[in-house]
Amino acid sequence: MASSIADRRPFPLQALMVGFLILWLMVAAFPFLWTLWGSFKVEGDFFSKSDWTNALTGPLTRAETGAAFTGQGYQGAWVTNEFWRAALNTLIVVVLVVTISLTFGTLGGYALARSGYRYVFWILIVALVFRAMPHVTLVSGYLLPFYQWNLWGHLPTAIIVLVAINQPFTLWMLTSFFQNIPKDLDESAMVDGCSRFQAFRLVIIPVMWPGVITTGLFSFLLAYNDFAVTAMLLNQENQTMIPKIASFLGTTQTKGNVMFAVSAVVSATAPLFVLVMFFQRQIVSGLTAGAVKG
Amino acid sequence: MKHATFLWFILPSAVAMLLFIALPIVSVLIQSVYAPHEQVIREVESCNVFSCTKTTVVDVDATRALSDGAPMGRFVGSDIFTDRSHLATHEIAQIWATSHGIGDFLNQVLNLPFYGALAFTLTYTAFVTPLSILLGFAIALAVNAIPRMFRGPVIFFSLLPMIVTPLVGALILFWMVDARGILGAVLQSLAGDPNLSIKASTPLMWIMLIVYGVWASSPFAFVVYYAGLQTVPQDTLESAMIDGATRWQRLRFVIIPHLLPLTTFLLLIKIMDNFRVFEPIVSFNAGAHAQSLSYFIYSDLSSTNQLLSSAAATSVLTILGIIVLLSPVIVRTWKSFGRTA
Repeated sequence: MASSIADRRPFPLQALMVGFLILWLMVAAFPFLWTLWGSFKVEGDFFSKSDWTNALTGPLTRAETGAAFTGQGYQGAWVTNEFWRAALNTLIVVVLVVTISLTFGTLGGYALARSGYRYVFWILIVALVFRAMPHVTLVSGYLLPFYQWNLWGHLPTAIIVLVAINQPFTLWMLTSFFQNIPKDLDESAMVDGCSRFQAFRLVIIPVMWPGVITTGLFSFLLAYNDFAVTAMLLNQENQTMIPKIASFLGTTQTKGNVMFAVSAVVSATAPLFVLVMFFQRQIVSGLTAGAVKG
Repeated sequence: MKHATFLWFILPSAVAMLLFIALPIVSVLIQSVYAPHEQVIREVESCNVFSCTKTTVVDVDATRALSDGAPMGRFVGSDIFTDRSHLATHEIAQIWATSHGIGDFLNQVLNLPFYGALAFTLTYTAFVTPLSILLGFAIALAVNAIPRMFRGPVIFFSLLPMIVTPLVGALILFWMVDARGILGAVLQSLAGDPNLSIKASTPLMWIMLIVYGVWASSPFAFVVYYAGLQTVPQDTLESAMIDGATRWQRLRFVIIPHLLPLTTFLLLIKIMDNFRVFEPIVSFNAGAHAQSLSYFIYSDLSSTNQLLSSAAATSVLTILGIIVLLSPVIVRTWKSFGRTA
């Protein structure tokens, strides 16, 4: 298709487009590179009062530590302030949220895709409204009951809440995915004597993985990126990475603490980089799946 | 599928949503009409050799008995909704009576906390939604114009602002526009004012939050439009060329109509997401200059004496706002469903 006549452009237009794209790439990627570079400097360089080029050359870093790069920020965040504990909590939360919401979501999405009744429409509309709820409004509903029943502060509570918040999106995504798997597949299995659940287990599960992986990526992002739920529902020692970073900010007055936050931010961004690198195709197809369905 | 089978399949998902989305909404509704008990105050007279003094102390036992008897607090009806931090009906009536002209009236109303938050949330949504859709469309057109081998890496970098955690992405930008950061320095030299600080100025803070919003949500529009551009029928484009359509006319009359359904989808998703803007305000530490409805609830909840009722009332008002925003979509879906069914 690339050679289609309609794709040919006069040179000025092409140059304009390429220029615009380069500008956009700078805007999109430069902040990350800048912060990655700066996280290996001392605070006086990354936040330089005198000259912004100090963040590049790092005269104070050289003066204070004797080398052009320092791991002080990382040392302070991961070891002194126990960021590793937050990272571990994030790992637990993310793995469990993704597993549980995919289990619930595949069952529900399959049922919604295969049932022709009118209530399917209503369930999907209610899910859409639920998807629009700001997470903080829900959190303000949880707090009082959770205090009373002593559920507040524990990891399992945050996990099940995140699973529930995740369900509307997961259902929408998997329903549209299951609708694309031909009905004949499981129906012929049922003609051969399978029950509905056997048909699901033996026929649908083996072919559903592309859709499940795509949906799983977005469940991962929701759980990993969440701030409202984890910040309000977890106590100090169960904190995950994002609220931990926010709590570094609360104590920025002391010198050097900002660099802990900078290093923590870089550490929390790194897994997302890797994720996009390996799953770019799935992320793009997942983002567009909903759109194409309308 | 039989009703019973359907029920068993949907059960785990439905229970989770019922318990942790539907019930909290009910819980928020109930909490918003109850206020915490007032502490029971008792007067104690303590005497020493010279004189007797009367002091007031909190009667802990009586207070506890009160809250054990009615754990929800005391029923206050719509009082919380109409108080100064929410709809402020009384204050508005007063401002209306005393203000000079409509501008002054609006100005004073926007100083009330709830209306301020509502104004920022709506401004943010109204600017970020169209701007990010337009920018995303422009990027999609540009990416579509470059050779295929470059597209992978370009898409990779373009996705980053969207994929990265909102709190983290906003922090990264915030550090750069800090008065001591690189963009802050550039802005200072552009404005010729060495003391320029975004943190100190409300309009600059609003602009910065909107810039962050566009930065973070354009990639989504870009990806959706880019996928849409791959499905534009080439035959139609070529026949439009034969009919003498210019490049602009082809864009206007072939490509844009083809992408119109995607635009509706993007509008829906983006309005929902922008209306709950929250994390950037935490990252930018912008609470003093800009509050969104979500941030307003969050700051009530995280204040030292957790204002649960106040947060609940704001939540109810926010939910109402969302229902108003979504109602056109729901009505439209309902109509199209009625036609197909």
